[in-house]
Amino acid sequence: MFKQRELNSSERGATWLHRFALVATFSTFVLIIAGALVTGNEAGLAVPDWPLSYGSLMPPMVGGIRYEHGHRMVATFVGFLTMILAFWLWRGESRRSVRMLGFLALGVVIIQGILGGITVLFFLPTIISVSHACLAQAFFCLMVSLTLLTSPDWRQGVPKIEDRNNFSFRRLCVLTTGSIYLQLILGAALRHSKSGIVFHLVGAFAVTVLAMLVVTRVFKYYPNVSSLLRAAWVLSILLLAQLFLGTGSYLIRLATRQDVQPGLAMVTITTAHVAVGALVLATSLSLTFQSYRVLSQANRVRRFSTAPQKVAL
Amino acid sequence: MKMEPGKASLVNTHKILMKGLETIMNPRKFALLFATLTMMLILYACGGGEQKTGETGEQKAPETTGPVTQIDPATAATVTGKISYEGEKPKPIQIRMDAEAACAALHKEPVYAQQVVVNGNNALQYVFVYVKEGLGDKNFEISKEPVVLDQKGCMYHPHVFGVQAGQPLKVLNSDPTTHNIHPVPANNREWNKSMSPGVTPLEQTFPREEIMIPVKCNVHPWMKSYIGVVKHPFFAVSKEDGTFEIKGLPPGEYTIEAWHEKLGTSTQKVTVGPKETKSVDFTFKAAAVIS
Ligand SMILES: [Cu+2]
Repeated sequence: MFKQRELNSSERGATWLHRFALVATFSTFVLIIAGALVTGNEAGLAVPDWPLSYGSLMPPMVGGIRYEHGHRMVATFVGFLTMILAFWLWRGESRRSVRMLGFLALGVVIIQGILGGITVLFFLPTIISVSHACLAQAFFCLMVSLTLLTSPDWRQGVPKIEDRNNFSFRRLCVLTTGSIYLQLILGAALRHSKSGIVFHLVGAFAVTVLAMLVVTRVFKYYPNVSSLLRAAWVLSILLLAQLFLGTGSYLIRLATRQDVQPGLAMVTITTAHVAVGALVLATSLSLTFQSYRVLSQANRVRRFSTAPQKVAL
Repeated sequence: MKMEPGKASLVNTHKILMKGLETIMNPRKFALLFATLTMMLILYACGGGEQKTGETGEQKAPETTGPVTQIDPATAATVTGKISYEGEKPKPIQIRMDAEAACAALHKEPVYAQQVVVNGNNALQYVFVYVKEGLGDKNFEISKEPVVLDQKGCMYHPHVFGVQAGQPLKVLNSDPTTHNIHPVPANNREWNKSMSPGVTPLEQTFPREEIMIPVKCNVHPWMKSYIGVVKHPFFAVSKEDGTFEIKGLPPGEYTIEAWHEKLGTSTQKVTVGPKETKSVDFTFKAAAVIS
């Protein structure tokens, strides 16, 4: 058990760093919702100029401008948080890979901002809008990773459990997370091009199968590993919700296709579908991280370990 | 220990992924990658920008070249007609402006969408009617008089209208609120401008023919208008009573097309002699309402 003791200043700093990363990650989630609201409300071009909005930092917040400029404000805030986080990691993080991840996040958030600007200045070309949506999810993944890697729990180190499966659980997790990301790309493509539903449906099927494999593997082999078990539960619940939201999104789009303006129900359901999609990805990603932390592979030299202290087997 | 091929390939994929991760984790390589990506983005943005400004349509002379055909009032013919709607009238769709106080305040009565407007006598309003074929390579004088599109009551006035290629389009904002105006052409240059209350009217032209250019406001997503850009001045939009009139046509044989935003298009042939007036009626069927 973890014993309560006086933390030294560097440990305290690390805790605050982790909390800060958590805030930044949560803000990123809010940002994804804000972005989804822009698309749902067809407000992407409500502000024709970029980087300024109507030539100022604060345009009249009416109609679609509320969504578009609101999105820009949250994005600016997240950009600042990322900048601080990268700097903080650079100064205070001992693991080089984590420092680099911080810079990567900063780079991605800058590119993401520029992509957002390009979508506006070039009237929402599908390819750019889709890239913007996909990079958003990638950035969210980076933030989730940073939050995990800076957590005091992660720094503790744990005894490894040997994974004797032929197809290791770790790799199953990586595959699942990758498929979920791919599925989010297909979803974004469907949302922005209004075509390709078949691919998204096939993706949904593949992701469901993979996630079920992951979850059953956890229940069967690692029911005592609380970090894996918790993530597996969350993953199954979120995935179920996501399947409902996906069906709902399709049905409401179908039912409202003659509408002359985006309705609240349509916007709410499709936004929730985007948001829960991000959460499914984040959950699968943390499950992957946990699997690398607590499992070891039989007969294989580990080449990649994020745990600071390796526990001898 | 021998690996089955499936496993081997997975291991390889894994290795490649790890290799990729290590590459990204290497700060120097990462910096290089990042710089390259940024450069590509900037190049893309600038390249795109040049291309866009290159085809700026505002001041560019329209397609018309060669001698201008004058309309001779002594022989000018007229095509008139009525557009009817056949079938069950669609229920009017009310526009919800409640979330926009500035817009809602401008209306005492409920406002309905103008996508399928069927009035008394099955008269179908907002159908764009124009001469599609029959004028050959004839060029006509391009009116310098601007066509006015007003943003009033958070609606476009008119909802459907025509303009000659190269003729100025003047956009007003009579509302006490902000709009953005964004035509989505396929054949002309796309633009998107913000218009604050009391802003100086905007003047634009569309140099190329296009049936039709949708116009959108993204601040108020219900706002929609359609512009028909035609080389010649022979076009009209069906009025409240469904009628239209195209005047000043040189005698000849023409194909007249009627375009409706939801009901599609329909064409008819007509031959007019000097000073003759002929009637061409169109009927759009309800069954066509699919989108
Ligand atoms: Cu508007």
